[in-house]
Amino acid sequence: MEKFTTLQSTAIPLAIENIDTDQIIPARFLKATDRNGFGENAFRDWRFNKDGSVNTDFALNQKEYSGSILVAGNNFGCGSSREHAAWALTDYGFKVVVSSFFADIFKGNALNNGLLPVQVSDDFLKVLLNEIKENPKTELIVNLEKQTISVANTSFKEHFEIDPYKKTCLINGYDDIDYLLSKKELITQFENQRS
Amino acid sequence: MSKKTLFDKVWDAHVVDAIENGPQILYIDKHLIHEVTSPQAFNELKARNIPIFRPDQIVATADHNTPTVDQHLPVKDDLSRKQLKQLSENCKANYITLYELGHKYNGIVHVMAPELGITQPGMTIVCGDSHTSTHGAFGSIAFGIGTSQVAQVFASQCLLLTKPKSLRVTVNGTLKKGVLPKDVILYIIAQIGTNAGTGYFCEYAGDVFENMSMEGRMTVCNMSIEMGARGGMIAPDQTTFDYVKDREFAPKGKDFEDKVAYWKTLPTDEGAIFDKEYTFNAEDIEPMITYGTNPGMGIKITDNIPQFNDASFEKSLKYMDFKKGESLIDKTINYVFIGSCTNSRIEDFRIAAQYIKGKQKADNVTAWLVPGSKQVESQIIEEGLKSIFENAGFKLRQPGCSACLAMNDDKIPEGEYCVSTSNRNFEGRQGQGSRTILASPLVAAATAIEGKIIDVTATNFVAEEI
Repeated sequence: MEKFTTLQSTAIPLAIENIDTDQIIPARFLKATDRNGFGENAFRDWRFNKDGSVNTDFALNQKEYSGSILVAGNNFGCGSSREHAAWALTDYGFKVVVSSFFADIFKGNALNNGLLPVQVSDDFLKVLLNEIKENPKTELIVNLEKQTISVANTSFKEHFEIDPYKKTCLINGYDDIDYLLSKKELITQFENQRS
Repeated sequence: MSKKTLFDKVWDAHVVDAIENGPQILYIDKHLIHEVTSPQAFNELKARNIPIFRPDQIVATADHNTPTVDQHLPVKDDLSRKQLKQLSENCKANYITLYELGHKYNGIVHVMAPELGITQPGMTIVCGDSHTSTHGAFGSIAFGIGTSQVAQVFASQCLLLTKPKSLRVTVNGTLKKGVLPKDVILYIIAQIGTNAGTGYFCEYAGDVFENMSMEGRMTVCNMSIEMGARGGMIAPDQTTFDYVKDREFAPKGKDFEDKVAYWKTLPTDEGAIFDKEYTFNAEDIEPMITYGTNPGMGIKITDNIPQFNDASFEKSLKYMDFKKGESLIDKTINYVFIGSCTNSRIEDFRIAAQYIKGKQKADNVTAWLVPGSKQVESQIIEEGLKSIFENAGFKLRQPGCSACLAMNDDKIPEGEYCVSTSNRNFEGRQGQGSRTILASPLVAAATAIEGKIIDVTATNFVAEEI
């Protein structure tokens, strides 16, 4: 897994609530058997109109917006457990998703793929969306070590929470399998005690 | 001794170890897999040269992208066929039991595992599918996981998890005629919202759930994820034990008796504290229907769509082509789907058949009746329900996830409404541009007969014991 420490980038605003994983990657694209290439179909049915033309009203298609941070409305990633959603976002180029609330399974999947979910307050989310809308060149700074997210060249800053174990994993690029494999003996002992 | 909840008891019995200030290592009893969320996990283990730790605790089925007609023929879609082939090869290479397409035990993972007795009280069960919460109906801790976690369970039969908070939803009283378990859960989600359960594991308590069949309990627990809860549980009782007893993989004889004795210790202790509680009255619940693009956007079938001034709400209504304040009664519907891991069990088809018997499907309606498993399909035939459906102009399809997520050919055309017994009304969930209206199997059956949404409570239909 790729390491994550700090990131400074412009951001793409997606002020929609309850964005479910069916929108992030529609089910018809889940037939692949590897992890690559899902970015092409990220938000497919929002990025393209019914006739296949590009939907210029959608933030990801608006030239003024770019960057590796996605700022989205409340309850991001709800619905299906498909990890393909996290793969689609990372493959599209996102490294951070900011929202005022994340669905559990998506949050876990993101963390397992080096995609940092940054949960901010409702008020701070409004500030971010507003700042980006006012000036699409606005840069956000995410510091995982200090657990802060701020708007560059302003005093807007907020602390965010992250599980300390997951933080260590992200900073070092470790994944859970490495850790669990190191506990095999304990796991076998547990099995023996139960039977 | 401190008072424990059902969830605490099952969780605590599975903790192998804990990281200081971090997650716990939770042991997983059963790992269910299917073709869509497992291939990348198999690949990862292979690439890292890690063997599957406990293949005998894994059960596989093919369900998500399988066709629901002509299952005896090769799967037409190239990518689906490849994905199914990969599942077969992966299971074979790793000594994992697979009930592939056509097998007598094949079916939707959350239908076939309970009916085979694989799902039992007090277990920890995971699957790369968010509706794994279904199995909580037996008093097990069951939840959906991502593919990285599928790989973790493959490698270690464990997961690293932070213990969720506890939530209890109590519904007391007697349900009105025509109100089904699906209406109960749609009502709860409409009341508390789609993220009220996020970070929590939910226990459903009260008369309504105690008096519910296992099929009904599974419908309720299935949709726990739609209010954000990773899982939902119902305390095991005699109804649970009777259901599990004598099933293919259930413990037998003395083993079963010993297990029952243990399962009886699992219900929440009197006085145990929950982090959050909600209480509702059964009498307030009516047949439900959704009007928007998330399962929390539900109303009583006779109510009008609420009037909120909110961008996400308006976006949702625009997608559905509904207006604020509008009633859905008499709305023409051309598609009806009875199926999915929420409502594809025998009881769901019994209630639909009761309504349909002696009537005719409306000409404008295309209806897909998709049993949850081969066993449900056989039961439908044995009980004579298939002929009731056929006499009314319906055709019974073969088992699978089907139009719930439209990965196979069962897609609702763009712009069309579908009254569906499935679990998600997200944009495009049943096919690009499709518009889903979630409802119970009774409401779905009535819609298929009338060709439009009707108030089932105003008909003279009285459900018999199912």
